[in-house]
Amino acid sequence: MVDLSVTLPGMELDNPVIPASGCFGYGREFADLYDINILGSFVFKGTTKEPRFGNPTPRIAETPSGMLNAVGLQNPGIDVVVKQLAYLNRYFRKKVIANISGFSIDEFVYCAEKLNDVEQVGIIEVNISCPNVHGGGIAFGTDAKSAAQVTKAVKAVAKKPVFIKLSPNVTDITEIAKACEDAGADGLSLINTLLGMRIDLKKRKPLLANKTGGLSGPAVFPVAVRMVYQVYEAVKIPIMGMGGVSSAKDVLEMMMAGASAVQIGAAGLKNPYIFKEIIQSLPETAEKYGIKRLKDIIGAGH
Amino acid sequence: MAEKFTVVTNINIAKDVFLMQLYGNTEKITRPGQFVHIELPGFFLRRPISVCDLNGYKMTIVYKVFGDGTQYMSTLPAGTVLDVLPGLGNGFDTEKSGARPLLIGGGVGVPPLYMLAKRLIRDGKRPAALLGFNSADDVFFKEEFERLGLKTVVATADGSMGVKGVVTDALDQFAFDYIFTCGPLPMLKAVYEKTDADGQYSFEERMGCGFGACMGCVCKTQKGYKRICKEGPVLKREEIVW
Repeated sequence: MVDLSVTLPGMELDNPVIPASGCFGYGREFADLYDINILGSFVFKGTTKEPRFGNPTPRIAETPSGMLNAVGLQNPGIDVVVKQLAYLNRYFRKKVIANISGFSIDEFVYCAEKLNDVEQVGIIEVNISCPNVHGGGIAFGTDAKSAAQVTKAVKAVAKKPVFIKLSPNVTDITEIAKACEDAGADGLSLINTLLGMRIDLKKRKPLLANKTGGLSGPAVFPVAVRMVYQVYEAVKIPIMGMGGVSSAKDVLEMMMAGASAVQIGAAGLKNPYIFKEIIQSLPETAEKYGIKRLKDIIGAGH
Repeated sequence: MAEKFTVVTNINIAKDVFLMQLYGNTEKITRPGQFVHIELPGFFLRRPISVCDLNGYKMTIVYKVFGDGTQYMSTLPAGTVLDVLPGLGNGFDTEKSGARPLLIGGGVGVPPLYMLAKRLIRDGKRPAALLGFNSADDVFFKEEFERLGLKTVVATADGSMGVKGVVTDALDQFAFDYIFTCGPLPMLKAVYEKTDADGQYSFEERMGCGFGACMGCVCKTQKGYKRICKEGPVLKREEIVW
């Protein structure tokens, strides 16, 4: 038997598979298809202080081996979300990861404080890397000083472990990673989507209403592996690795790069059963590579 | 798991328009106006196509070649096995229909109205059909609706078949107490503005997942935001915000 369990600050996971924020809602649509308690955990949709409708449509475009999205943090606002979380345990019994975003440091702090008393939240993932909103999100994630300020402010109020979700749209991701670690982050999540664009040949205009969108899917997987690998060498705090993961082999590769747990996003939008399929095939795939405990391979590629 | 469907036929029925019959487990498809989400090898996103007809485990869809994905789809031979998420979206609520509903379709908005017409007839209603196309080359399913016994009027933008103009130019040829419509956004809006009958409107939007997770296809309605793929694609007249 292969031991699939992994550990994150404050959370013991049965396996490292975690649906990524924005690709799983609050789990309801998937719970209608199968029992989602097989998951290690899941990250719920990015939440802000105020309700947000998000960007105009089209918000989605296909790309070679992936997709662009420019949803723009649509969510009902943290106060509504906290109320809804009271019902989550009807279909998911494990701890979840909360994803929060903001347009000012105060908004991040507000959201983090609201989550302090939500028992089912195990970790707060702070999104400073959303490429689809203006004047917030990514603005904090592309500058080491701002990233550290957000980290410090959230850490000052949060009673839960704090992971900072990093953007790949930077020259040196290790610089931002180190700044977050120095500011007290308990862990890092990477990577968010890569900024991209498609143009409609008939209309001669960008296909997305927002013009640009975040690229995800298998196309970004090697970029994500490289960045997780680099960050693993630069910091001592744990990493959740994500970006184009689509198979059990990809999960192992991401862990060898340095991830303690692995998030899956776009692959689950194409195939809602992929999380279950990957978890079920993980033992057999691990055995093929002589792996007895998944914990043993974290950072094994170094 | 997602269902496997096998292509039975895949034939060209009008300019760039193909009719595909597939065999597979159709039990999740419960209402006309629902769609299936089809995975195509080599393409990342699935293709959402409305269900045109159901006969036991045999499903008919009609699609138009718009881009590389549907172009590839048009080349698939009989026997090809496809990965399909069936029965997505809310579909039309036939119980709300009046006794004499008018079915208004534009282009590839026409196909779901065929299954709807059969369902309405079964329910004892007397539907009629008004179908809009650009040109005679684009017209399909006129005879199919007539064979079901529907009064069927075609409008073409260039006048090469039927009434010259758009569907709203032929509205006065019908007596109706309810509307079911599916087609391009400008057509839906024109129908809405030119009529005051109660009805249901089926919308189209670029989708990501098709099952309500990604928030890619959200629109504003009188009752808050709705996901076209989940709470749609059919909206009731009173819900619509243009």
